[in-house]
Amino acid sequence: MESLVSVEGVSFRFGHHQVLNDIVLSIYSGDFLGILGPNGSGKTTLLKIILGLLKPSQGRVLLMQKSQHDFTEWGKIGYVPQNATHIDPYFPVSVQEVVAMGIKSLAPSERVAKAGEAQAIQEALKHVGMESHRTRRIGQLSGGQQQRVFIARAIVNRPRILFLDEPTTGVDAQTQEQFYDMLARINQDEKITIVLVTHEIGIINKHITKVACLNQSLIYHGSHGEFCSSQAFKELLEGGHHLVSHRH
Amino acid sequence: MMEFLSYGFFQRALFAGVFVAVACALLGVFLILRRDSMIGHGLAHVTFAGVAIGLMLQIVPLFTALILAVLTGLIIMKVKEKAGLYGDTAIAIFSSTGFAVGILLVSLSQDFSVDLFAYLFGDILAIETFEVWLSVALALAVVFVVLRYYHPFMFLTFDRESAMASGVKVKRLDMLLTILTAITVVLGMKVVGILLVAALLVIPAAAGLQLAASFKLAMAISAVVALFSVIGGLFLSFYGDLPASATIVLLAFSAFFLFYIIKGQKRG
Repeated sequence: MESLVSVEGVSFRFGHHQVLNDIVLSIYSGDFLGILGPNGSGKTTLLKIILGLLKPSQGRVLLMQKSQHDFTEWGKIGYVPQNATHIDPYFPVSVQEVVAMGIKSLAPSERVAKAGEAQAIQEALKHVGMESHRTRRIGQLSGGQQQRVFIARAIVNRPRILFLDEPTTGVDAQTQEQFYDMLARINQDEKITIVLVTHEIGIINKHITKVACLNQSLIYHGSHGEFCSSQAFKELLEGGHHLVSHRH
Repeated sequence: MMEFLSYGFFQRALFAGVFVAVACALLGVFLILRRDSMIGHGLAHVTFAGVAIGLMLQIVPLFTALILAVLTGLIIMKVKEKAGLYGDTAIAIFSSTGFAVGILLVSLSQDFSVDLFAYLFGDILAIETFEVWLSVALALAVVFVVLRYYHPFMFLTFDRESAMASGVKVKRLDMLLTILTAITVVLGMKVVGILLVAALLVIPAAAGLQLAASFKLAMAISAVVALFSVIGGLFLSFYGDLPASATIVLLAFSAFFLFYIIKGQKRG
């Protein structure tokens, strides 16, 4: 399988605080990877380093076999940040405009024809079930609906890999369930690799295929099945994290 | 009734004012949503020193003001980034320093105080033909760049982190927005004066943001309000023998107030 992301010996310090220590991790095409760990374990920092938003103190990241410096095909990467729904409710931007940001802000070399863009926006909204809301202002939608719109923006370029950082914070359990079902469909039907950062190990349990468990260092990286019987999993549970059991 | 249109000075004022108004209106929407409304006010104060330098050295003040405003805008941006200052703190420091330099230069050379008065309070009806063409060219350049980078500007204004992760060159675009703002402030200075230029940048855009459900609509309403204010303001100024800068700003405020009431009733 093709490696889409290679994290090679990445460490990160913030002042005197060691946030990440010598992380080695590969993400392969087709994975539905959950990056798990308690609060403050460095999950979001790792994600930001992978996306080039933070520079590592040591080590490097390869994106699709290229160094971040040489990587230009940003349309192949989708990202939904933490607290994406904490937006200014009066920001005058329609659902359609939010999704268009993802496709129309690409470098000219990556952009497709205008007609293709309109169709891609339409299809992305359809994938997340928001096509009937396209003219509404984003601030008028519920948190769950806004999150779907941000997914649409992240997949509008048909990326190879989609990163989501704590995407269901503040969303009710039923909406969370529907949300992760939707992500699983995107992973399986659209063949988009998904990397999900979360501290909630329960609700995502039925979908993820691989786990990277983090607590400053990488304490587990492997299949989801083996993770459930691993010491890392027990430690995570002992730390007060709850498992919601689902049938596979 | 339309006799004012036959006067050369009025034609020049109207022509320049219309283009500058649209540039201010489009840029203003981004500035407000980036919580950068005060940058116009700050750079306007700095242009006071630029104008004073121009008058002192007998160079076209528009040029010296433009260079100083662009440089100061970029310095404010760097200071905010490197020194970790809040945006409004950096603006306050540099705007007051710029104004202080202006006052100092005026006191050293008292023979241009009358010219400076026109820059402080605006005197668009006295705009020269050369200044008209310069203003129109610069305003068109601002409008072109804003429309050319409309989507990445909107993306970084709405969600900076996602824009960065999508490969948008946010620092370059920040710099571009700063340069456009500095140019627009200098253009606006000619229309309504240093003391009121921030109004031309902020009030039409704020009016547009009251009612718009989309970004495009916000920019369109903002442009219409700016055009209404400049054209109506010049008309009132001519027939009422009133200062054009004041009538322009007060008309813009009237539109903002009206839209604010309408928005309140819609929500109510």
